[in-house]
Amino acid sequence: MMKPHRRKRLGLVLFIAFGMSVAVALTLFALSQNINMFYSPTQVANGEVEAGTMFRIGGMVKDGSVEQQQESLAVSFVTTDYTNDVPIEYEGILPDLFREGQGIVAEGRLNATGVFQASRVLAKHDENYMSPEVRAALEQAGADPENHQFRANPED
Amino acid sequence: MIPELGQFSLILAFCLSILLGVMPLAGAATGNRLWISLGRPLSAGLFVFLGICLFILGHAFVTDDFSVRVVAAQSNTLLPMQYKVTALWGGHEGSFLLWTFMLSGWILAVGMFSKSMPAEFVSRVLGVLGLLSASYILFMLATSNPFDRMVPVPPADGADLNSALQDIGFIMHPPILYMGYVGYSVVFAFAVAALLSGRLDAAWARWSRPWANVAWAILTIGIALGSWWAYYELGWGGWWAWDPVENPPLITWLFGTALIHSLAVTEKRRVFKNWTVLLAILAFAGSLLGTFITRSGLLTSVHAFASDPSRGVFILAILGVFVGGALLLYAIRAPLIKSEFGFGSLSREIFLLANNVILVVAAASVFLGTLFPMFYQALTGDLISIGPPYFNIIFVPLMILLVIFLGIGPISRWKKTSGAYLQQQLGKVAAASVLLGVALPLIVLLDISIPATIAVALAVWIVLGIGRDLLAKTANKPSRLQGLRSLTYGYYGMQGAHFGVAVMLVGVALTSYFSTERSILLQTGDTVELGNYEFQFAGSERLAGPNYNANRATVLVTRDGDAVADLYPELRVYLASGTPSTEMAIDPSLWRDLLVIPGEIRDNGAWTMTVYVKPFVRWIWLGAIIMALSATIAATDRRYRKLARVRKQAEDKAGEEVGQGDLQPVPGGGT
Repeated sequence: MMKPHRRKRLGLVLFIAFGMSVAVALTLFALSQNINMFYSPTQVANGEVEAGTMFRIGGMVKDGSVEQQQESLAVSFVTTDYTNDVPIEYEGILPDLFREGQGIVAEGRLNATGVFQASRVLAKHDENYMSPEVRAALEQAGADPENHQFRANPED
Repeated sequence: MIPELGQFSLILAFCLSILLGVMPLAGAATGNRLWISLGRPLSAGLFVFLGICLFILGHAFVTDDFSVRVVAAQSNTLLPMQYKVTALWGGHEGSFLLWTFMLSGWILAVGMFSKSMPAEFVSRVLGVLGLLSASYILFMLATSNPFDRMVPVPPADGADLNSALQDIGFIMHPPILYMGYVGYSVVFAFAVAALLSGRLDAAWARWSRPWANVAWAILTIGIALGSWWAYYELGWGGWWAWDPVENPPLITWLFGTALIHSLAVTEKRRVFKNWTVLLAILAFAGSLLGTFITRSGLLTSVHAFASDPSRGVFILAILGVFVGGALLLYAIRAPLIKSEFGFGSLSREIFLLANNVILVVAAASVFLGTLFPMFYQALTGDLISIGPPYFNIIFVPLMILLVIFLGIGPISRWKKTSGAYLQQQLGKVAAASVLLGVALPLIVLLDISIPATIAVALAVWIVLGIGRDLLAKTANKPSRLQGLRSLTYGYYGMQGAHFGVAVMLVGVALTSYFSTERSILLQTGDTVELGNYEFQFAGSERLAGPNYNANRATVLVTRDGDAVADLYPELRVYLASGTPSTEMAIDPSLWRDLLVIPGEIRDNGAWTMTVYVKPFVRWIWLGAIIMALSATIAATDRRYRKLARVRKQAEDKAGEEVGQGDLQPVPGGGT
């Protein structure tokens, strides 16, 4: 026979353990539902992503690729890792540091024609800082991130 | 020459911190009074020399000494003076110096306000903090020296402070956040000292409580300032992004909140001792985790400093040694600590336990979501990110549950509460909450929405619960006023903080569900409608700031034809760096904010803009301010000082005998 206070303590411990495991299970489920994979332009060009899947893409904005609509906020540009290009379309206001030759990360989906429909475009707040995603994408494609990093300066 | 003095001063501070880390601890272990007595002078010395370091680095910034590397990297001759000073913490090295200086400030404060505690205990606290500051200073000397020179030729001018940092928010947010963060080192040191001495008792909890409260209050303000700053500076109209560097302060805050409640139980009921110690260690680990994430550059974030893996490894080592050491000590000592288990299944202890479990689960899930991408990458090599929906899905239900318990906790009784009593006290409150939750949004917003109903009902639940408890607590007194006077600062602090939660809850819920926005291209004279408001783009002009050129738009806001506000958003280009920066314009009020965020100017003169109407957004920060003030009030409760007074008088009496007695009036006006 367990003493009453022992039994109470055991009950409490079991209750906490149960609560914790439910919490962990729910958390892991929520995590698995909200993972955004990151792909480089080369991976996208190789067809590693299916159309309609939400993901992130990162690379440099290709020089001369930005085209704005006159009468709306729609904009299209090409992101590149200097090996492969992926066209991106976006409707909205671009971040301050969005410029040709600058690294960006975009969140969205590929449409049936292989154009990336971005719901969000991110650029860094510091020009000397390159996001690890873009850096990795460039390195994978064999480009040297250091040499492209400072091209954002207008004087260059 | 002067920066070398700073370097020298930093080395001296290192030596002092080593002494502070060794002598008082050794003294407490051996009972050597002389070594014990070294704690306070050494901590004062540490504070002075780190202060000199900070002053000298500040001097280099103010005098544009670009031979110092961090000045060349973060400042510029054109920078306005207030930003030259604050550019000091605009980079990794300077901000870490500030962080370490904050720690020395806390150490000094511990030395000053601990006269009522046993000398051995204080010296253990000071010793642990000394070791911690020694590791920080070593980190600076080894990997991130703020006094490094540019050799051989310094640049003619600096690269400028990041334009997003040239703002009042940057002047206030980092120092206050650091101060709050570092405050948890003190609570941690108290816990370790108690573990070392084997005296984990109600006295230890009572000594820790004011420190835990003050650190929590400052951290609350620090986080709220960061949220407010991000809201108006980063130009995205949000107040929380679940950014990897926003999350560690939140994790620390959640642990800190659990700790405050757990300390209360430990002090009053002498239970949860093990748990309380563990929370103190976890809160501290959260603060170091924040440093690690910001400074290792491992995660993508707006806060990240340029990355350097060696720094990350060093901070990880500090984290490992201190947190690992404390946990080891905990594992050795914890089985020896006896908690009585005298409370029923319906009691205030149980409700506070529920509070703790919820807060810890919340903290753990934020931790998991923040670091999961890093683990995932280490295991699979794939880069991923976790979206805000994850955090919202977990966090919102947990907070709803927490608030339900929050209403019951203060009314319930220690040890045992009958269900009938709770029902009698809270039945009407619950009914009124549901009723008002449905009615209030309907009246104010002319709209039925389930999220708003839940949020308002929960807020009413808290507020009416406070009112009910005040009535119950003053019922047996001759008059209500007398009853209110007899309640302690600790009680008012608690209820005030809970009221702050209600205010923040309303702000968070209503802003999240009722904000509206529109992005649009506007020619001069064009109008955009949003909600009941009309935003007219009346024109733009060029103007020159001290270190930037700007285009300023004029946006006239009207409601049903009546003028509401004139807003002037700007698009700036900073001269030194050529960086563009948007300055949004806000018309703030208690009930709603109107925002205009400029995007860009097209060749034909049209502007792209996003306009927002954000109801109740100010309530979020108002709630935080109320919470922080309340925690400060609780920290000044008389019972923390009463002990000090008794001891002081005893000491003074002893002093008088040798002819140096000088009775000081007790500070503060609690009587």
